[in-house]
Amino acid sequence: MAGDAVTFERVTKAFGTVRAVDEVSFALPRGALVTLLGPSGCGKTTTLRLIAGLELPTEGRIAIEGRDVTRLAAAERRIAMVFQSYALFPHMTVLENVAYGLLVGGARKAAAEADALSMLASLGLDGLGQRLPAELSGGQQQRVAVARALVLRPQVLLFDEPLSNLDARLRRRVREDIRDLQKRLGLSVIYVTHDQQEALAVSDLVCVMREGKVVQMGTPTELYDDPADAFIADFMGEANVLSGEVLGPGRIALGGATLETVMREHPPGPAQIAVRPEAVSLRRSGEGLPGRISRAAFLGQTREYEVETAAGTIFVVTPAAAEAFAPGDTVRCGFDRAIPLRA
Amino acid sequence: MGALSLGRLSLLCAALGLLVLPWHGLDRGAADLMAWPAGAAAPLAVLLADGSRWWLWPLVPLLALAAVALHGGSPRGGALMVAGAGAIVWTLAMGEAIGLRGLEWHWLSPLLGAPPPQPALGWGALALLAGATGLLAAGFAARGAFGADAFVAFLVGGSAFLLLLFVFAPLLTILSAAILEDGRLAPATMLARLAAPEAWSLACIASHQGCGVVWNTLLLATLTALVSTLLGLVFALLAVRGGVRAMPLFRAMTILPLITPPFVVAMALIVLFGRTGIVTTALWDWFDIPRSRWIYGLPGVLLAQVLAQAPIAFLLLDGALRAISPSLEEAAATMGAKRFAVFRSVTWPLLKPALAAAFLLGFVESLADFANPLVLGGDFDVLSTRIFFAIAGARHEPGRAAALALLLLALTFGAFALQALWLGRRRYTTVTGKGDSGLPAPLPAGLKLTCGLVAWPWMAFTAVVYGVILVGGFVHDIGRGDMSFTWRHILTAFEVEWRDGLALRGAAWDSLLTTIEVAAIAAPITAFLGILLAWLIARQDFRGRRTLEFMTMLSFAIPGTVVGVSYVMAFNVPPIELTGTAIILVICFVFRNLPVGVRGGLAALAQIDRSLDEASATMGAGAVDTLRRVVLPLMRPAIITALAFSFVHAMTAVSAVIFLVSARHNLATVYIVGRVEAGEMALAIAYSTVLIVIMLAVVLGIERVVGRARLGRRAAPEARGGFAPVAATPVRAGA
Repeated sequence: MAGDAVTFERVTKAFGTVRAVDEVSFALPRGALVTLLGPSGCGKTTTLRLIAGLELPTEGRIAIEGRDVTRLAAAERRIAMVFQSYALFPHMTVLENVAYGLLVGGARKAAAEADALSMLASLGLDGLGQRLPAELSGGQQQRVAVARALVLRPQVLLFDEPLSNLDARLRRRVREDIRDLQKRLGLSVIYVTHDQQEALAVSDLVCVMREGKVVQMGTPTELYDDPADAFIADFMGEANVLSGEVLGPGRIALGGATLETVMREHPPGPAQIAVRPEAVSLRRSGEGLPGRISRAAFLGQTREYEVETAAGTIFVVTPAAAEAFAPGDTVRCGFDRAIPLRA
Repeated sequence: MGALSLGRLSLLCAALGLLVLPWHGLDRGAADLMAWPAGAAAPLAVLLADGSRWWLWPLVPLLALAAVALHGGSPRGGALMVAGAGAIVWTLAMGEAIGLRGLEWHWLSPLLGAPPPQPALGWGALALLAGATGLLAAGFAARGAFGADAFVAFLVGGSAFLLLLFVFAPLLTILSAAILEDGRLAPATMLARLAAPEAWSLACIASHQGCGVVWNTLLLATLTALVSTLLGLVFALLAVRGGVRAMPLFRAMTILPLITPPFVVAMALIVLFGRTGIVTTALWDWFDIPRSRWIYGLPGVLLAQVLAQAPIAFLLLDGALRAISPSLEEAAATMGAKRFAVFRSVTWPLLKPALAAAFLLGFVESLADFANPLVLGGDFDVLSTRIFFAIAGARHEPGRAAALALLLLALTFGAFALQALWLGRRRYTTVTGKGDSGLPAPLPAGLKLTCGLVAWPWMAFTAVVYGVILVGGFVHDIGRGDMSFTWRHILTAFEVEWRDGLALRGAAWDSLLTTIEVAAIAAPITAFLGILLAWLIARQDFRGRRTLEFMTMLSFAIPGTVVGVSYVMAFNVPPIELTGTAIILVICFVFRNLPVGVRGGLAALAQIDRSLDEASATMGAGAVDTLRRVVLPLMRPAIITALAFSFVHAMTAVSAVIFLVSARHNLATVYIVGRVEAGEMALAIAYSTVLIVIMLAVVLGIERVVGRARLGRRAAPEARGGFAPVAATPVRAGA
């Protein structure tokens, strides 16, 4: 479709007998930040490289902004990519790095450098143009890599794990910067990460991949609250997956106890039921699944417990302000929200 | 570059070769050219028109087919491939089929009749072949091969064509020379040659006759490899574990064989130990030990080869010993092992692969060595010298030379295959990249004493040998002990006179200038081609990549003598006639030294992160731009090193080029060997000194340049940790 930034039609990329990307089809909307999320080896980076043209698909069709680019080399596509290692040319100054794409695209040197300078200024890198990449901090290098990509006005901007080389505190800052930039310029961004928190924080859309296939695509909330299966439920933040039975709307049976909870529609019958650790509330007595605290830990903002129940061990996170329990205490577990999983 | 533009350029080049350039080689150069477009300088178009080369007419429809395929927007790949491959095959096949004596492939006579003789191919044919290669590459690229990049396709196609022509084809020529007798297939003759008693006789065990050359060669190679590996190990142990502060001395010793032509050491040995040598005379005068010719034969050759090879073994083993993490040994020690037990159970096994590598290198170098056996061998013949005399001796026997060359080739490949088999099963990685705070264990005292007792006398001996070379050129007659100072030899070789301009009257000027010229032409070509091939092999994904890599490395394993013989046989007659020219010397050096350039390039590319190439591609740069602006600048140190190596190798080589030099194009090393054989030892030594000085200047000069150019050899800059204050500035929107 012309309205989509990137479309895949049954795209397969095989390396030997391994299908790194296996008949993937999707349409990524224009002007949105889409993350490709999944464990290592799930094919997300190969997907990104297929969009970039660094790999050509074994089968299938790829289009960018409605133009078929399936057989085009990277140089002939209007994309730009920020590499995990940033891939700044170590023998060129920052200015030369940023002007590079314009120069090889045929721009005059003076014009290219003027363009590059204003891009550097707009990213807060004024005055660093004559430095070599090795003379910059990690965060600065990252922004030079972004400047180098943006200056080409790409139809799609690709990020390959852009935060993995930054330390923890810088990560949050930079990911917010990327999100701000994307929103303000209305860029179509595709962003690869293996960190679900990062994906939830920045994305308009999250595309979860596993073993070369897209398993679910949706907004962060949809994925968190309405995961398609146990893999996604667990991958999108921790979940206790328990065997139980759906009795009717809002009523489940677990470990011999009948519980009232909030849940999506599901036909009655036996089912796997996922429960988020923060969706479990613990009480001394009353309604709920009976259990015994086997471990307790205090983490400052929260408390974590492991509770032995007839349905299995449940991992629970409660606010620190809530009532505290000690190992050995008997409790009742209430489920504020439960997610019955489709088979 | 697109397939279309490459195709059109190639067609233009081929048309130039067809219509304008002289088709055949010019025997008399400019004099022939005067007759253009007729006579010896006629382009093919004229020859086709007058009917004298009617069998080359099929080239015209082939080029027309290419022109049709290139008409319009998108080139038709299949047609281009047919046109390119067809033109190459037809030109070469017809060149082989019809030679100077008319038809050579007699089975074609019903088809071709009795065509007139056809001389060698010239510039026109070269242009046509280059164009045809381009057409073939464009065809491949148009069909999506080589990542649809016509530039890459052309590089691969061109270098494969050159490698086939100058590495593979000569080997095939040797094979056919060994199997053919008077133009007929004669497998029995070949078997007889291969099994000849001159190669395999064991007469020396029972009688005083000499043994077969194969046994001689094997004995010499094994001894050389063994002794130089042991010496190298002794020096390495002292340098790394012995607490000896002599590293600069050791290093100096390792650079000497690199810049010494291979026979220079042999000359010094003759000066010292020959019948009238300094040491021999002293022993006679002082102790009445009779003069003898013991140095001519196995002992002398062995000594000369070990002097050259031991420093290289030292370099290898020194590196390996330093790479063994001391904590491994400390770990063994903490588990209760005594010092000698640690050495035997940990250090020694970890060192074994490097020992094997040093042994193999010594073995192969000894097999390939030609100059030392030639100068010092006496009656002790090895394969390389026997091959030479079969070609250049009183009787010209190419068949016998070819059979011996095959034997030498088999020994060399056998050694490499054994090593591959052996190393394939054991590989230890002890370099982890982590810091190691352990201290190397000192050598046990007894071992250290033994090492010292071997190393220091050997060091002194080496110093004396090189001292002789240093002094020999500047004294009247070092061979007879006349040590008074003189410029005589230098003047004989390099006299310069100023009379109406500069006149180079010295006898050696011709060969020196030719050598420098040939080396200076060959070095950049070698470095450039080597680096390009390395880039293709390391960074491009195409079918046949492994084959290409194997082909480049093959010439590394072929002994120089074999290369020389094969070039003489392959390029002495049409279609490609190059013997006697300077071009064949350049080509020989380029393809002999190519593996050095490729290896250097591969090592450098392994240091440059692939994401840099990819980043360049995503920013819209094609292969040419990426190569020119990103890869080559980052590989500058490797390029310069490859330049230096190929220059120095070209200046010191003897074995291959001794077959290829001519009166007009003589080389310094061959000239010096000639002086030695004529007994003019002092002149030879003086000339060698000048060569060594030139090469030392080149190596040191290049080392200075490279030293300054070390910037940016690392991968893409790693992001550093830490909270840089600037990073807190929010990323703002672009203008």
